[in-house]
Amino acid sequence: MLAWPPPLAGPAAADDMGLIAAIRAEIGDALPVDGPITARLPAIAENGGQVPLTVAVDSPMTPADHVVAIHVFATRNPTPGIASFRLTPAMGKAEVQTRIRLAEDQAIVVLAVLSNGTVWRAGAEARVVQGGCLS
Amino acid sequence: MSRLAVQPRIRIPRSARAGEVIEIRTLIEHPMETGLRHEGGSIRPRDLLHRLLVRMNGETLFVADLRNGTSANPYHVFFARITRTSDFEFIWQDERGGTASATARVTVG
Repeated sequence: MLAWPPPLAGPAAADDMGLIAAIRAEIGDALPVDGPITARLPAIAENGGQVPLTVAVDSPMTPADHVVAIHVFATRNPTPGIASFRLTPAMGKAEVQTRIRLAEDQAIVVLAVLSNGTVWRAGAEARVVQGGCLS
Repeated sequence: MSRLAVQPRIRIPRSARAGEVIEIRTLIEHPMETGLRHEGGSIRPRDLLHRLLVRMNGETLFVADLRNGTSANPYHVFFARITRTSDFEFIWQDERGGTASATARVTVG
């Protein structure tokens, strides 16, 4: 699990600055807190080009209390952006599945923005046997 | 707006009970080239679907903004609460203004 905020010193500092900028572009100055998000990746991904990801957020998905966005970021890809999902109460359930690219072993960061402005965070990790071809 | 020469695949129930939350699966063939990848000594030009927009009865239900870390042949599973017979529209957009789309109907009763 990625430390929060991601460390600013050390050999990966340049990558982390890109990650932080990508996160700030989506959630501004909001401070994410641990929340009831389930983020599932396989422990070992044979093909980093097609890694199944499930994100489920515990939310009633009512007009008054729902998830408005789920943001997914990579911590060790050439670029941090994976996807941002915009949700509506009409979905009935705050769950999205997709397939992502992971260039190497890494953690992903998942943020869920709620209708009251709260931002929940969670992470997941996968080991990657054959890296996904991003570069 | 140009039409992309791909046929998206949608998996959605044909019917549902009022109040039921249904699962929708979508898949579209696309290389999702990031513009960072080398092949045969040259860079493959960037060619990315950047958005999937789903409408239910004309209202936005779900939007996926896709970036470099989304796999080739983007696949998405998401949900919808069905309250009445509903028409769905699925639109994919690439960064050059190309689009692909599909429609579906879920009947109640």
